[in-house]
Amino acid sequence: MSRKLPARDVVIIGLGWTGSILAYELADAGLDVIAIERGPWRNTATDYPPGYAADELRYRIRHELFLRPEQTTFTFRNKMNQTALPIRSWGAFMPPNGVGGGGVHWNAETWRFLPSDFVARTHLTQRYGAGFLPEDMTIQDWGVTYDDLEPHYDRFEYLCGTSGQAGNVKGKIVDGGNPFEGPRSRDYPNPAQQQPFGATLFAKAARELGYKPFPQPSGNMSRPYQNPLGVRLGPCTYCGFCEWFGCGNYSKASPQTTILPALLRKSNFSARDNSEVTRINLDASRKHATGVTFVDSDGTEWEQPADLVILAAYTIFNVQLLLLSNIGKPYDPKANSGVIGRNFTHQTISDVTSFFDPAKFIFNPFIASGAIGTCIDEFNGDNFDHGPHGFVGGGYMGQVQTNGRPIETAPVPPGTPLWGAQWKKAVKENYQSALKPGTGVHGSMYSYRDVYVDLDPTYKDRFDRPLARMTIDFHDNEIKQNKFLTDKFAEIFQAMGAKQVVKQYRKAPYDITKYQTTHLCGGAIMGTDPSTSALNRYLQSWDVPNLFVMGASAFPQNAGYNPTGTVAALAYWAAEAIRDKYLKNPGQLINA
Amino acid sequence: MEAIVDRIIPPDAETPGGKDARCAVFIDRQLKGPYGSASGLYRLGPFMKGTKEQGPQSPLTPAELYRKGLAALDQYCKAKEAGKTFEQLSADQQDDTLKRIESGEIKFDSVDAQGFFSALLKDVPEGFFSDPIHGGNRDMVGWKMIGFPGIRYDYRDWIGRHNERYPYPPVSIAGRADWTPHKS
Repeated sequence: MSRKLPARDVVIIGLGWTGSILAYELADAGLDVIAIERGPWRNTATDYPPGYAADELRYRIRHELFLRPEQTTFTFRNKMNQTALPIRSWGAFMPPNGVGGGGVHWNAETWRFLPSDFVARTHLTQRYGAGFLPEDMTIQDWGVTYDDLEPHYDRFEYLCGTSGQAGNVKGKIVDGGNPFEGPRSRDYPNPAQQQPFGATLFAKAARELGYKPFPQPSGNMSRPYQNPLGVRLGPCTYCGFCEWFGCGNYSKASPQTTILPALLRKSNFSARDNSEVTRINLDASRKHATGVTFVDSDGTEWEQPADLVILAAYTIFNVQLLLLSNIGKPYDPKANSGVIGRNFTHQTISDVTSFFDPAKFIFNPFIASGAIGTCIDEFNGDNFDHGPHGFVGGGYMGQVQTNGRPIETAPVPPGTPLWGAQWKKAVKENYQSALKPGTGVHGSMYSYRDVYVDLDPTYKDRFDRPLARMTIDFHDNEIKQNKFLTDKFAEIFQAMGAKQVVKQYRKAPYDITKYQTTHLCGGAIMGTDPSTSALNRYLQSWDVPNLFVMGASAFPQNAGYNPTGTVAALAYWAAEAIRDKYLKNPGQLINA
Repeated sequence: MEAIVDRIIPPDAETPGGKDARCAVFIDRQLKGPYGSASGLYRLGPFMKGTKEQGPQSPLTPAELYRKGLAALDQYCKAKEAGKTFEQLSADQQDDTLKRIESGEIKFDSVDAQGFFSALLKDVPEGFFSDPIHGGNRDMVGWKMIGFPGIRYDYRDWIGRHNERYPYPPVSIAGRADWTPHKS
């Protein structure tokens, strides 16, 4: 029997990027807000200060900042006819844990999606004909457009102090930026970061091949910055311990460095950490949420009543909590019906490692930040004619120098033994003169009928709740896309003068042990039709109108970019809808 | 363990091997700590063998894997090499034994030999390259070998210096030995 807490206006599940944004916006609107976070509170000064933040073993190898799988994990299989087994130790992606969520450990690669990404099905069908798309591909339009989101992208970039070079300001193409990006209302708040040696070589070679390279938009500060909430960040020192780590220098945009200091000053906001929400409670009509139930670190169960519930956990936990709370119809891939769990996607990443002459090239790979580098966007989205190639989608690609941490990044040429004297010699020879981009080919993954999330029939979490089960594999479209993009990427390194360029294509089957990115998407998608989406265009549940679901779980399919910019823009977009529309007249905002 | 780590990373004229870098000390400490007991990992059953893509599904903790693996290795060597343990073999014989474990040619009855070898291939380089506070990488020998400066944290003066060798020696989380007064 749970103990009941005093009712609040809003309860937020998860205090990462989206939870922090919604908490700030709704508390700012005068609502009484409580956030409930499964993991611990995290502070820069006490959790990852410069004195010991740069510990590769502790943070990168032993996963200090991430969710412990013993707390909860997922099961995984490639095909519907296989038995899913639990992910016992993280591999392909890294679910975050604690206040700040993925915003603590991310690279801070801060992209906008292309205007055509938001109308993917309409756009691709118009350009190539409906028959061009594979039959089992289930991509959809988002129900929201780039123009709808532009002001919200802008807000997030100015919150974060994003360092970058605009490529399109109000329709005017700007030299040195990404000419393919949608029009932005103004420049980035900070200039691009200085580029390391490898990135400048990449830029030169890319230009010679006819591309338009540009610095990657980065949430690592190129100079000191004070954001519109009055929170200050310091300049990035290129320490090389960025992604997988917390920034001890207040130089990487995160909830801690941009929003929490301002949020915590609001007396109508409070938070509970180390408390896991186990379900969203509904009234007898099943159409109205009454709040949430959570378990604290002592194992005591509490009920937190609230008028409005914001689900803001990591992608797959959003989907799991909806399934466990019996909200929305679970997706059935056989019948192709239901919505919760459908259009689950990840990313299609590959690497190219290039070996240069050690006598002529010193790259200093340890001088790095999570998002420092030079990219091209010629092969992203529908920026090129897919007609001759027989696939859709794409990705950006770039020489992004994220680290020279020696356990992770000690590349040796193929054919080198994995141990012994030859291995040791090859590590020594190539450490300074090899380029292994932290982000290489960053390809999209589109959605398919047989890639989805449901509840596992066998494995349980510590509360005896079924684990979420993911069924996911790469399809031919993504394999072809990756082959094409990886070949194009490798040509640039050839042109840079590498003596050996090694392509590591992404291949099927999808492998849960091989890290790609933490960009799981979909499963509780937004759209215009309640029979094929869980949420309306404002991220409001079609079934329970006083529930809004944040995060990349709303993406109908994943684009060829890192998702955080879009996740945050959607959060601001939803927050505006709640403030300006929902609060005036609580109820379903869209009549479908 | 010391014999094994010195074959995985052998000494050469410029840089010590795994033994002198204290990789065995590192592994010993790791196995005694949370890593050794698989602390924090999902440990609930049923344990079933899956596909390679589904990742490790063994109920063994790393400490158990090492205990069984080391015992089985010596048992194997004694049977094959006239009662000699792994440590008592010549370097060439040791290399040959490890290569045949790596290739799957040698199998142990009590434990997955290749799985044990995979753990070594992960843990020994970690001992060579992780911060010395964890017991390995003595005097930052692994970092000096490749030119990794450790935890210097601030390269603002260097981001614009292209194709130039970074000249300063590495720093550990515990600082540097030559910054610390000797105990008399």
